Amino acid sequence: MIDAQMLAVVALVTLGLSAVVFRKNMIKIVMGISVIGSGVNLFLVSMGYREGSTAPIFTASRNAWMSLPTPQALTLTSIVISLAVTALMLSFAVLFYEKYGSIDTTKRRLKQ
Amino acid sequence: MSAIVKTVSAFMTVPMMIFGLYVILHGHLTPGGGFPGGAVMATAVAMLIAAFGLSQSDARKKDAFSLFESIGLLAFIAMAFVGLQSTFFANVLAGHGWIFGSSVSYGPNPGYLETGGVIPIMNFAVGIEVFAALSAVMLAIMLHRREKHD
Amino acid sequence: MKALRHLTMAAFFCFLLAGAMYMHGVGTPERTQMDDYFIKSSQEETGANNVVTGILFDYRGFDTLGEASVLFAAASGVILLFRRKRNEQ
Repeated sequence: MIDAQMLAVVALVTLGLSAVVFRKNMIKIVMGISVIGSGVNLFLVSMGYREGSTAPIFTASRNAWMSLPTPQALTLTSIVISLAVTALMLSFAVLFYEKYGSIDTTKRRLKQ
Repeated sequence: MSAIVKTVSAFMTVPMMIFGLYVILHGHLTPGGGFPGGAVMATAVAMLIAAFGLSQSDARKKDAFSLFESIGLLAFIAMAFVGLQSTFFANVLAGHGWIFGSSVSYGPNPGYLETGGVIPIMNFAVGIEVFAALSAVMLAIMLHRREKHD
Repeated sequence: MKALRHLTMAAFFCFLLAGAMYMHGVGTPERTQMDDYFIKSSQEETGANNVVTGILFDYRGFDTLGEASVLFAAASGVILLFRRKRNEQ
């Protein structure tokens, strides 16, 4: 039996990788990489979930049965790094457009 | 943009900035912290750029954001060095009664602001860094596009 | 060529699905001693109610230092890529 979270992870990773493999538009490739990152983040967080637990925050919490905090902390790291990498990839796409006049990855001819 | 968009975004900038500061300063009590709060504050800058466009002084603003980015990272590393009497990144302020130094016992509580030791200070440094880094990136790309179009 | 790509993607999807089928179930993690220690002693040791923040800035501060450095390097890289060239002014 497959859990719903794992199904979502499989769907997200497959969708993102399909965008990377089949699309020629550079912006769509960057979007695909971001979707793969979202799938991996969902995988990490759902691995740290405990049945019937609350968020690991003690402010006005009902009980001390909490989900694992370490995967959440590392997911926060992963989100910030994927944000930085996305900004860098998009700026490379802008520079590519100015040099070649297109963001199609198959057209790599210098602009006249 | 139209006058409606300009007016509403000018009104919304202050609540967005204050919400970002709230998320940063309550990072050790509620969900959030330096990274999400800085992103919220950078969103306000993005909204201002989208509504009002660029002005002549934006190259200097980009340099100022770049400076604040460095200041945030350096403050974070300095707060890590403060704990060097025991180890790097040791929380020397927690539970010692000085600034942010109230001790907390185990269990749910309503949340007291003056706890956490170096954590709120580090949160603030990281928040400044994230806010300045994202704003500088957006301004750099927008300024480049404007130069190319002129 | 196109058919080969589609076939590879289908094979990868089946691989992921099989992996998800044999995955350890969601909701019942084993080996939680480290996280239980964090939850139990984070408030007394770091003073933070938010255990995630306590881990991020105290127990695993080096992770956060690397993360902030990566963000700084990426922002510097973007600013450097879009710098104004001296002979264009």
